[in-house]
Amino acid sequence: MNTQDPVAAFRVEAGDLLDQIEQGLLDLGHRLEDRALIDEVFRGLHTLKGSGAMFGFDALAEFTHHCETAFDRVRKGLAPATQELVAVILSARDHMRALIEGDGAGLESAGAAILAQLQAAIDAAGGAEAAPVAAPASSGSAGPATAARGWRLFFRLPAEAMANGTNPLMLLDELRDLGACRITARTDTIPALADLVPTECHIGWDIELRGDISRDDIDDVFIFVMDDMELTVEPLEAEPSEDVGQALQSSDTMSDIPATVPEGPAVATSAKPGPATGPASAAKSGESVRVPAERLDELMDRVGELVIVQSRLSQLASGHGSAVGNELALRSISEEIERLAGELRDTMMVLRMVPVASLFSRFRRLVHDLARETGKTITLSTEGETTEVDKTMIERLADPMVHLIRNACDHGLETPEDRRAAGKPEAGQVHLSAHQAGGEVLITIRDDGRGIDRERVRAKAEAQGLIQPGQPISDHDLLQMIFHPGFSTAAQVTNLSGRGVGMDVVKRTIESLRGAIDITSAPGEGSTVVLRIPLTLAIIDGLLVRVGEGRYVIPLGAVEECLELSLEEDLRSRGRSFITLRDRLVPFLRLREIFETGTRPDPHQKIVVIATGSERVGLVVDQIIGSHQTVIKSMSPLHRDVATFAGATILGDGGVALILDVAQLVMLGQNQEERLRAAG
Amino acid sequence: MTASILTVDDSPSLRMAIRIALTGAGYDVTEAGDGVEGLAAAGAKRFDLIITDLNMPNMDGLTMIRELRKAPEQAGVPIIFLTTESDDAMKQQAKAAGATGWLVKPFVPEQLIKVSRKVLGR
Repeated sequence: MNTQDPVAAFRVEAGDLLDQIEQGLLDLGHRLEDRALIDEVFRGLHTLKGSGAMFGFDALAEFTHHCETAFDRVRKGLAPATQELVAVILSARDHMRALIEGDGAGLESAGAAILAQLQAAIDAAGGAEAAPVAAPASSGSAGPATAARGWRLFFRLPAEAMANGTNPLMLLDELRDLGACRITARTDTIPALADLVPTECHIGWDIELRGDISRDDIDDVFIFVMDDMELTVEPLEAEPSEDVGQALQSSDTMSDIPATVPEGPAVATSAKPGPATGPASAAKSGESVRVPAERLDELMDRVGELVIVQSRLSQLASGHGSAVGNELALRSISEEIERLAGELRDTMMVLRMVPVASLFSRFRRLVHDLARETGKTITLSTEGETTEVDKTMIERLADPMVHLIRNACDHGLETPEDRRAAGKPEAGQVHLSAHQAGGEVLITIRDDGRGIDRERVRAKAEAQGLIQPGQPISDHDLLQMIFHPGFSTAAQVTNLSGRGVGMDVVKRTIESLRGAIDITSAPGEGSTVVLRIPLTLAIIDGLLVRVGEGRYVIPLGAVEECLELSLEEDLRSRGRSFITLRDRLVPFLRLREIFETGTRPDPHQKIVVIATGSERVGLVVDQIIGSHQTVIKSMSPLHRDVATFAGATILGDGGVALILDVAQLVMLGQNQEERLRAAG
Repeated sequence: MTASILTVDDSPSLRMAIRIALTGAGYDVTEAGDGVEGLAAAGAKRFDLIITDLNMPNMDGLTMIRELRKAPEQAGVPIIFLTTESDDAMKQQAKAAGATGWLVKPFVPEQLIKVSRKVLGR
């Protein structure tokens, strides 16, 4: 987080506040009477208004002010909380998000519409005297401030003023700053020593103040104590002056100073007006990660150690020890650095991890809205929210998950009538869970709806020519059909889903994250989608191999086994590129041919068998060098379209190794298999 | 000696804005995130000025001011609270609780510094 830009900090904070308001409102939707929740939402709105105005988000402050005023009636018990009110304030909250993200242009009408709904909701809720929205009281500029030649003042502070932090000497100093003063203390009310309370002020002061001083300036001096103190102010020369009563109101002179908060970056940044379309399109501007302090301390420790090792190294470089001793010392330093680099990497990766709770919580709103739109009763339950995933991963998982949850709610769950008829509870269940398994995180989206209709999938697949009519196909493969582009089984296209784009996009997105998607479904009992995604995008364990003169990295997670391609097998398989592996035919690709190395093949070639899901492909390489911690660098824009590579990495000797894209290679292998099958 | 100021606010961005303004004016600034933290900080060291928000989780500003004024060692420490102009009742309550003065939100750094100078005298 940028520590010097309060506006950026405000955007992050406002995002959190909005989330908090949303969660509060959603909870409130279930427990309309809960005072604590009402207070929480109110406080969120209040803080948002106050901070928004501070940082130049005037439209936001204004809009939020109206919402706060309306909601304040609920808080004070003048109006009951209703579902309508909750829904309106939820949409108001979306509007606030749009106001924070955009420059507020073109949003006025949307805002006005929401305020009208809000008014309606409050009126309907029985708030008798309606009209919140009273414009802030006109600032009481105290009439024409008469300039006098001078003033005669007397003041005496309330008894507790000194204990409460008002120092009369400073008031006198301030008066002196205004002009020439003659000050006389009135000591007649000082009690006898026995009765004297040292923290109280018993002295009054007469002051003759000369100069061209406005009455407002004097009031400014006493602004904080004006209400309770004894104060008389008379002009020295008889000139018209306003009465004291009016002067007493001028306590808001402070607020009259126009707010001139610089608007620079606050308004200029994200050039994306228009309301946010939903919780999924969460703020992408100003990426920042919140990090617990102890993790930073840990990082600092490592860096400290690194500095020490570095100084040992410089000492060694400039020293004159014996060659043998130097070599030993160098080796120990090298080991030390290796350990530290590993620890630094691990600590660094942990810094980027955020719990999936931040992802899951977005979906509560989604499900709430979906339930309203479809007229179904849906309960969302979550599990394993503390599982941590890389920050980037969370952002990129949001869209596919929105789609999957929409599918579950829209296609999966039945209407309450159908559910009753099927003997199920009326409320449909959508369950999200996350847990870590090795270097992967499994995210499961489960519904207890009707399940996937196999007949319909088959009919559709046949109609689209994906399978031959009557062709036998395993249940698993049949279900995979829904990931084909342009495939949708919804008989009726609804507002929510069923446009036939989606599942293929979901699959592609997940695979671009080096993850995998799998679906299982039991008719009448529901469907389960499992997403398997790696913990991080930045570093992988890789298997370093050599093909010709080039070195390549295969993500270790995808590697099933390595075996030798014996000469006779090589000869036998020539032309068809299959090996028999435990009674299964596995197609293999000769990377030498794909990469056109043009060198002589190694006498002992190896096969690395890689897999995605249940599909396997062997890659023939010249040499297996070993496992390698791979820091992924993305390809240059020129090479981004090269399908077979997922990126590149830099090796210890400074050379570059390309990282193979496993999903693409498996597809290539499978296509080759199909081609050969078709041919033979 | 540099005057030390404690700011109590649950909004990090506001605290940041206050800190930047006040340190820029040469004050020493300590931050606290709510009334509970504020009390703890004030108990550990006597500040020259305390600036607090009223609406905060855990312990609000009013309660914190009352608690502070109960402690004899906090007598005379100026307390400025932040408020919105619509909160007139709140203003009265805060003054009754023992606050010295107030600052109306939204404010610009100059106003904050002006108010701090006013009660600190430096």
